[in-house]
Amino acid sequence: MWLEQVLFFLAGVGALAGALGVVMLRNPFYSVLALVAHLIALAVLFLLLRAEFLAAAQVVVYAGAVMVLYVFVVAYIGGTDEPLRPEGGAIGALGPLIAGALGVELVIAVVGSSLSLLDTPGRGGAGFGSPASIGQLLLTKFLVAFEAASFLLLVAAVGAVVLARRRRGLEDPGAMPSGAPEGAHS
Amino acid sequence: MSAGSYGWIILAFPLTGMLVVSLGWRLLPGKLGGWIASGAILGSFLASVGALGQLHERAHVDSAWTYAATLDFKADLSILVDPLSVFMCLVVSGVSFLIHLYSVAYMWSDRGYARYFAYLNFFVFSMLLLVLAANFVVLIVGWAFVGAASYLLISFWYRRRTATYAGIKAFVINVIGDVGLVVATFLLFDQTGALDFSGVFKGAHEAFATNDATLVAACLLLLVGAFAKSAQLPLHTWLPDAMEGPTPVSALIHAATMVTAGVYLIARTHPLFELAPAAADVSAIIGTATLVFAATVAATVTDLKRVIAYSTISQIGYMVLGVSVAAYGAGLFHLMTHAFFKALLFMGAGSVIGAMAGTQDIDRMGGFRKAMPFTFVTFTLGALALAGFPLMSGFFSKDEVLAFTLHRGGGYALLAVLGYLAAFLTAFYAFRMVFRTFFGEPVEEARELQQGRLAHHETPRNPLTGEEEDDDVGFQGAEHHVAEREWPMKAAMGALAVLAVAGGFVGIPGLTDTLEHFLEPSFADSRFKDTMPSDGAEVAGLGVGALLSIAGIALAFLVYMRRRGLAGQLRRRFSGVHRFLVNKWYFDELFDRALVRPAAAGGRFARGVVETDFVQGTIVGGATAVVRAGSSFARTLQSGYVRAYALGLLFGVAGLALYFLVASS
Amino acid sequence: MDASWFVVLSAFIFCVGIAGVLTRRNPLVVLLCLELMLNAGNLALVAFARAHGNHDGQVFALIVMVIAACEVVIGLGIIVAMYRRRLPIDVDEMSELRG
Repeated sequence: MWLEQVLFFLAGVGALAGALGVVMLRNPFYSVLALVAHLIALAVLFLLLRAEFLAAAQVVVYAGAVMVLYVFVVAYIGGTDEPLRPEGGAIGALGPLIAGALGVELVIAVVGSSLSLLDTPGRGGAGFGSPASIGQLLLTKFLVAFEAASFLLLVAAVGAVVLARRRRGLEDPGAMPSGAPEGAHS
Repeated sequence: MSAGSYGWIILAFPLTGMLVVSLGWRLLPGKLGGWIASGAILGSFLASVGALGQLHERAHVDSAWTYAATLDFKADLSILVDPLSVFMCLVVSGVSFLIHLYSVAYMWSDRGYARYFAYLNFFVFSMLLLVLAANFVVLIVGWAFVGAASYLLISFWYRRRTATYAGIKAFVINVIGDVGLVVATFLLFDQTGALDFSGVFKGAHEAFATNDATLVAACLLLLVGAFAKSAQLPLHTWLPDAMEGPTPVSALIHAATMVTAGVYLIARTHPLFELAPAAADVSAIIGTATLVFAATVAATVTDLKRVIAYSTISQIGYMVLGVSVAAYGAGLFHLMTHAFFKALLFMGAGSVIGAMAGTQDIDRMGGFRKAMPFTFVTFTLGALALAGFPLMSGFFSKDEVLAFTLHRGGGYALLAVLGYLAAFLTAFYAFRMVFRTFFGEPVEEARELQQGRLAHHETPRNPLTGEEEDDDVGFQGAEHHVAEREWPMKAAMGALAVLAVAGGFVGIPGLTDTLEHFLEPSFADSRFKDTMPSDGAEVAGLGVGALLSIAGIALAFLVYMRRRGLAGQLRRRFSGVHRFLVNKWYFDELFDRALVRPAAAGGRFARGVVETDFVQGTIVGGATAVVRAGSSFARTLQSGYVRAYALGLLFGVAGLALYFLVASS
Repeated sequence: MDASWFVVLSAFIFCVGIAGVLTRRNPLVVLLCLELMLNAGNLALVAFARAHGNHDGQVFALIVMVIAACEVVIGLGIIVAMYRRRLPIDVDEMSELRG
């Protein structure tokens, strides 16, 4: 019991720290790294919630693939250190304030609604959270969502290629493609 | 065929004529359009004769179609064939036929020949509809159509500005009359619940006491309508200006038919007037005032057609006086004889004006006696009838009216005296026309005509203002027509001359009261049907009338023939009076000051302040300004900054969450 | 261990993410904060799945991950295209849709 709570505490702190790091670190590269830490902490939390497959997916896919992509792009683009107080003064001050307000509201909502859980191994049964059960659901109850998600991935891949494609005669600054021989089809 | 069917045929003929001529004018060569139109009116006249034969002394109402029928309101398209309406149909269709005949030749060179005949047939149709109406609704329809037709015909030569102004003036005054008529109908319907004549008259006896305020008001409004149509004071100003129309139009509309519609109205609604003697008295007084006024003006005006126009106003005053003092037979008798001799006078005037190549000023005329003998004879016969020369038609009819008026006694005697005075003036100005136009030294046009050449002006001119006009469509063609040369004109004028002489014989008092007897059934419910002057009184009246007319002719002879300079001397001596009379007692100027200018000022105010400043500036401009301000405020929300949009989103989410939180607690 | 603890934590992470989206000007970092928010949602979903005892929440969270991946891909593609055209990499500069 107490191990669970300790683990929760540690993972929670790690997640929060990573989140705060993403937001507050000036160098974007450091922000990416902070997010990776955050993702791993979240994976631990998933494990605590008996979502093993999901935890594995989080680490492998999210932290492994998506974040690597991010690292590549940040390396390509770079990005300078921004000052801490941006010039858009009003938004910069108001944003965190209202976000804090939202957070307070959510907490009140959650705490006030007495969710019960889960010292018990729960109603999940033995195979709760295993890949088999998830896979079964994906192919029976959530088949449409599954297929749609795959389609979406295809679309995103094509879109990414199209967006980042280099077009001929486009090296001059600020020039938009207009009637270039192959640039007619976007 | 029953009288009712004849009634529908009477209406169908001119309507068909109008449709045929107006739709097929391209296919009708030469004068065929004119002949078709004239034939239609002849058919109408024959049908009227047929209806006369079928009349059998009782009124016959025939209904064709129901306009509207609800629980307590029923309006039919129905016609009433009774002695009064058949009489009017005979007069209207008969005289119209002769005028159509005259026009076939007179308007021949006019480019709007077919248009003219279509309008003329439409006019006759409307007039017949008016007199055949069996309820107020059809009466108002006919009334309005007649007004429209008169507008179309007065401004027939529409390129002439004075003509279009005259047409507008006539129409506006007619509309004032229409309003009076409609409001009167409403008042009557409100109280009696009926719209057809018999229902209203019956209901009036129950609903109103004598001289009831509402009834008097309704009758006064009817009088407004009648006076607008019949050109009585003060709604008379349109008639002299309406002489801008072609002469046959003046003959038809402003002598024989349209202007008699008011008289017909008063005669038809006589039960109401007898129930409201106050209104009848007002009518009699105005009729008398008009006849005196018009006679004085006619003695001084110099445009030939306008003299005859004022004469018309004056004579209708007699008719109005007649029907207002319940001398219905006499008043309608005078209507008939007046139709004959006035139309004849206009036709003669048209012939003279044709010889003068369009000029209408009698100061420029003279000595046409030898050049145009036929016109001279017929015109003189007409003038004799107008003057009430013994044994002419006008003699019998006018004096019968005055005899009745005198017989009523009291204040009416004064009206009768004024009527006799005006009769003297009438004789004077009638022969003023004759002597000035046909006697004296022949003017150049007369001399040319005697040698066989019809005078012809090089540049066409407006007869009133003298300004030059172009000869494009809308004016009489280059040729003018004279009765001596055109047989249709001769035939029409000849027929009317015979009628002007012999038409009086249907009403010789004591001998042949045919007209009186004929009309009796229509006026059987009159309170005054037995108050007739004795034969002796009537003969005495005839004698007085004869004396006055001969005296008037003699005075005219003296002034215009014997002592030439007398007219000029009188004019210089009484220049103020003369000016007052020539300017028609300044009625036009009065109306201009009192009505036209304030209305124009009101219009300018409306346009400047109300329309421009208020509506467009404040309301429209204000609305757009508010919208513009609102949208420019909304534009500031679209700053283009993604973060600002995200903030807005967050704002909304936080607010919603707060709301639900609070709501559920 | 109530599920509410996890959900509260998820709320905190969500709000930190929002603050980051609103505050940072580098679009890359904005996308990262977007990821934070998505992950917070995932956490809440999985917690509820555990509370109810069925896997629906987990499958939902899996699909969310897929979506997040797609979104990152497209977003980064846009940023790369911006970089290629020598446009400034700053969300405040991209304001051509202003009214």
